Amino acid sequence: MPDLRDLYQEVILEHSKAPRNFHTIAQANQKAEGFNPLCGDHFTVYVTVDGDAIQDIGFQGSGCAISKASASMMTQAVKGKSKAEAKKLFDTFHKLVTTGEANGDRNDLGKLAVFSGVSEFPVRVKCATLAWHTLQAALEGKQEKVSTE
Amino acid sequence: MTTAAKLPSTGSSARAFATGFDVEKIRRDFPILARDVRGKKLVYLDNAATSQKPRVVIDALSRYYELENANIHRGVHFLSELATAEHERARQTVQQFINAADAKEIVFVRGTTEAINLVAQTYGRVHVGAGDEVLITAMEHHSNIVPWQLLCEEKGAKLRVAPINDDGELLLEEFAKLLTSRTKIVAVAHVSNALGTVNPLRQIIQLAHQKNIPVLVDGAQAVPHMKVDVQTLDCDFYAFSSHKMFGPTGMGVLYGKASLLEAMPPYQGGGEMISSVTFEKTTYNKLPFKFEAGTPNIAGAIAMGAAIEYLNAIGMSKIAAYEHELLEHATRKVSAIPGVRLIGTAKEKAGVLSFVIEGIHPHDVGTILDQEGVAIRTGHHCAQPIMDRFGIPATARASFAFYNTKEEVDALANGILKVQEVFA
Ligand SMILES: Cc1ncc(COP(=O)(O)O)c(C=O)c1O
Repeated sequence: MPDLRDLYQEVILEHSKAPRNFHTIAQANQKAEGFNPLCGDHFTVYVTVDGDAIQDIGFQGSGCAISKASASMMTQAVKGKSKAEAKKLFDTFHKLVTTGEANGDRNDLGKLAVFSGVSEFPVRVKCATLAWHTLQAALEGKQEKVSTE
Repeated sequence: MTTAAKLPSTGSSARAFATGFDVEKIRRDFPILARDVRGKKLVYLDNAATSQKPRVVIDALSRYYELENANIHRGVHFLSELATAEHERARQTVQQFINAADAKEIVFVRGTTEAINLVAQTYGRVHVGAGDEVLITAMEHHSNIVPWQLLCEEKGAKLRVAPINDDGELLLEEFAKLLTSRTKIVAVAHVSNALGTVNPLRQIIQLAHQKNIPVLVDGAQAVPHMKVDVQTLDCDFYAFSSHKMFGPTGMGVLYGKASLLEAMPPYQGGGEMISSVTFEKTTYNKLPFKFEAGTPNIAGAIAMGAAIEYLNAIGMSKIAAYEHELLEHATRKVSAIPGVRLIGTAKEKAGVLSFVIEGIHPHDVGTILDQEGVAIRTGHHCAQPIMDRFGIPATARASFAFYNTKEEVDALANGILKVQEVFA
């Protein structure tokens, strides 16, 4: 039986109530919109990329506690990283929320490890990964809205 | 995790609600209600999405496949005659259930969605032209929006939407103003699946008929909860789904007045819907078979008939009375919880309690209730325009059937307290 506290960890609840980097960035040179039609989660991710580095990142929108906390903690985790590092982190994070495991890469996750409980709630994986998919689209300069459906 | 504080019990058991309504006995007719989920007793409050099935319906399906299975209408052998007779008996059962004037006015389809598409693609394509209008309301399910949008796009017609007030009630005067010489059909829900509002159909239909405009009623959420009489309503089309009224999935009904159905072109072409075919010309079969191309859902029709017989044995008026008390109890109990706001507070409601909790997204509400065994729906309920109307991304929705109990409503209320505790 999955425990609710595995999903709704204190850190997650705290980020969902007071998300970090929760603002637009006027001079952002990349942005993308992500949408989860199932539950109506809707975020825009703004990124200022300098060469290969994610110099600044912010997000706006509304969603459930999991999607909002994930977006908030993602912005903290990728700020200052290179595009390739962010992509690799997403891959590790994705593995974590789908399988509960991150093997040798677990150390890379840092605080993001609190999302391991999501793997016990398969319908919530989309919530946890929405912001990451949206960031990916922003970095790749994709124009169309990201949808998790 | 500590358990949530229990709300004070309001005493008497559910049986004390409507006299003569033995809900415990009824629950024993539904095998699934005895099961556990996630180690908790199942509290199934997602009936607007689909209802559970009584033993008689499950048995009708297996009896058909074990003893009666054959294709219908064209066999000369024993089983084909038997299956045909059972299939057509189901049609008569439906006819009597909604008091249609004739069994030929009952067209079997896959569900409400197909029924509405059928009318849009046949009646609609003939009667709606460039510059014409189709009138719906702001509380429609996507399946009573999109088929009309497709038609309007194709024809260069316009979809008009009658507004609702903050309680989720149709603004009848605004609706009346939107009925013009350009309006070619009105399509309206009998009961809203997202808000629970019961629309004033008699008045809606009278207003439209004064201007000779036909009315299609989406009855998906009405038929399971109340007595429907299509002749008293005087609606022109009435659509509903078997799976929401305790019958199997993949089965539904389009009722249409014979005069309208006769004049409509067929929907799909194929076997069954023809009376003769040559490469030069095909003559179509008579009603209702003209609209039933191909081998139909025979088992589904027969089992839907069994569901109706089951409902008849209990009595739709008793069901409506019991559910009314259940909904009132739920409304009282849930709206008393601080931070909870009901979405849909119409005076006339049936079956549905939609709500939002301050500071907590409905999706999180759904997950936490699920851990308590309480099954509700969260999201936009295939009615995104309603969510926009109320300025919310989604709601949590509990929806009831006559096998639900007062204790289950209390489990919902206690679950909401637990949600608030997790987020405290
Ligand atoms: C009001 C309403 N109309 C139409 C439908 C569509 O019914 P079905 O999916 O059975 O075709 C539903 C089902 O959710 C509904 O609630």
